[in-house]
Amino acid sequence: MSGNKVLGLSGNEAVAYAIKQANVDVIAAYPITPQTIIVERLSEYVNNGELNAAFIPVESEHSAISTCVGASLTGARVFTATSSQGLALMHEILHIAASLRAPIVMAIANRALSAPINIHCDHSDIMNARDTGWIIMFAENVQEAYDLVLQAFKIAESHEVLLPVAVNLDGFILSHSLEGVNVLDDDEVSKFLPKRQPIYPVDFEKPVTYGPLALPDYFFEIKRQQAEAMEGAKPVIERVGIEYGKLSNREYKPIKAFGMEDAEVAVVALGSSVGTLRAVARRFRKKGRKIGVLGLTLFRPFPREELIKYLEGVKVLIILDRAISYGSSGGPLYLEIAGVLYRSGLRPIVLNVIYGLGGRDLRPSDVEAIYEEGFKCAERGRAERELLWVGVRE
Amino acid sequence: MSFIKTIKDIPKEEYLAPGHRLCAGCGAAIAIRLALKALRGPTVIVNATGCIEVATTIYPYTSWRVPWIHVAFENAAAVASGVAEAFKIMEKKYGVKRPDVIAIGGDGGTFDIGLQALSGALERGHKMLYICYDNEAYMNTGIQRSGATPRGAATTTSPAGRVIPGKLERKKDLIEIAVAHGVPYAATASIAYPVDYINKVRKALETEGPTVIHVLTPCVPGWRIDPSQTITIARLAVETLVFPVYEVENGKYRINVMVKKPKPLEEYLKLQGRFKHLLLPENKWLLDKLKEDVKWKWERLLKLSNL
Repeated sequence: MSGNKVLGLSGNEAVAYAIKQANVDVIAAYPITPQTIIVERLSEYVNNGELNAAFIPVESEHSAISTCVGASLTGARVFTATSSQGLALMHEILHIAASLRAPIVMAIANRALSAPINIHCDHSDIMNARDTGWIIMFAENVQEAYDLVLQAFKIAESHEVLLPVAVNLDGFILSHSLEGVNVLDDDEVSKFLPKRQPIYPVDFEKPVTYGPLALPDYFFEIKRQQAEAMEGAKPVIERVGIEYGKLSNREYKPIKAFGMEDAEVAVVALGSSVGTLRAVARRFRKKGRKIGVLGLTLFRPFPREELIKYLEGVKVLIILDRAISYGSSGGPLYLEIAGVLYRSGLRPIVLNVIYGLGGRDLRPSDVEAIYEEGFKCAERGRAERELLWVGVRE
Repeated sequence: MSFIKTIKDIPKEEYLAPGHRLCAGCGAAIAIRLALKALRGPTVIVNATGCIEVATTIYPYTSWRVPWIHVAFENAAAVASGVAEAFKIMEKKYGVKRPDVIAIGGDGGTFDIGLQALSGALERGHKMLYICYDNEAYMNTGIQRSGATPRGAATTTSPAGRVIPGKLERKKDLIEIAVAHGVPYAATASIAYPVDYINKVRKALETEGPTVIHVLTPCVPGWRIDPSQTITIARLAVETLVFPVYEVENGKYRINVMVKKPKPLEEYLKLQGRFKHLLLPENKWLLDKLKEDVKWKWERLLKLSNL
């Protein structure tokens, strides 16, 4: 068990600290708010001799992720970090990184996409990248950002997975918030994360061609295998979460559930809002109102079966989206869950809440109003409006 | 092999296996095959999207007898940066054997869409060689003009029309761009001068830091030439001063193929369908501009070489 070392770290610093302990070999990154402090800290670690890694200060995010792909294929342990426009600029290569089965860990300090330009939190950046083939995880607080980054290497580099992993932490809300973080000892981390063992490293005796052209006679099979790899990652993610729990006393599951044993109204969300949702739910619970909260740590692969298990008996399900899917029938998380529900046969009343774009706060009073609306729907047995915009002047 | 004196010294080993789908007479195929003759040990190739990439690696086949990586079009220099630095740190940390790293891109992937990644890599100073095989247009997508297309050439996006007779703009100067980054070694090369070319690749590999070689590679369908004339035309490019063969070593310019009596530019142009319209009297103004470009570059080179 870990020595109880607690450090005061911001989300960005906690990520950088985890990367140092993970003994990465190559870091390639480009500055962008609110992620920048991660790479500043990492370059300090490298320049002060605390981390023996190549820090490659590239000239764009496109080159950052390209450099990471090249480095990953050599068998190195690789990390990058970005936000918003930077992630959008990487987009083309995100697909290729996953398709080449290149383990890379990326921290994303989530930030709104332009225009208007805005540096504050929402999930439009990662939601725009949700179908790139990356494993996608969300931290609720700084502790989780630290813990998930360490687990991410173990997952990405597993021979059963070989996929890149994105760990999301809400821009500013987590990236710049100071928290007391329980950190592992360096040697515990080295035991949990020994040196990467690449499965097909660059070999000069038996040279491999990486990234060939595949025409209609083979392309489809390769993509099918990639889809299988994503599904196959689920048991590995669960196993790593349990193993990490034994090490740290903080076990990770794809979904964090609060009050779901008897919840009539349940709310599901990603990122730092989950904490606010839980705090307000505790107050409701004290008044005997049956509210439950589901925080998704894992978004890709989507924890379908686990989610369904929690939803039996739920009358109203409220899905919170911090991003828009323009012109569709709801936000990205809503669309995801609506599909899962349809297949499961469960038919709760579903409300979709769009909130918090461009860093607009989700206040406890907003959450109370959302819950009240949920209970009203439960009473009436129907929803008057299925899509709610919360916290916006209309 | 170290440096060679005649074509008889060229190593017999072939690292680009036959059976690829490049065109008969493809200048780029010759350029890559020859470059690989200069390898000095374990080498990783990073290839930008383009003719060489698509025609040599049609899954499940490959022509590459060395480790080879393709990621995308515009990022060969960035991917190669990652490969070079990963091996450098893994040699230090784990004693992994550190290979040479060669990035290969066509003119589109180098002069245009890949220029930023190349500039970044050159500025950061990684130990890698970047080879640009320049066939002077986007040949893989069907002969569209690039920043490397010379003035006057007809392509499918700069056609020889009745009002605009081909590309009006002059060709970018890749080596000058590389030199502006202060790289220790940059050179042009021609497949018609294989000994010079192979020795340059070798010299680049033995240089610490980033190096650039720009090799002109005639393209049979793109230049509308006879497949038997690839080398002849590559040689004429040098003899007419269209493509001077020179190197810049730590800022010092040296012309490697001195042309005392240049042949008339028309001898080079008349063998190529892409320049056919330039020889018509009504397009003489554009031909004159191309001649000025050629003269300007050569005179500048003579001055820079202290000749």
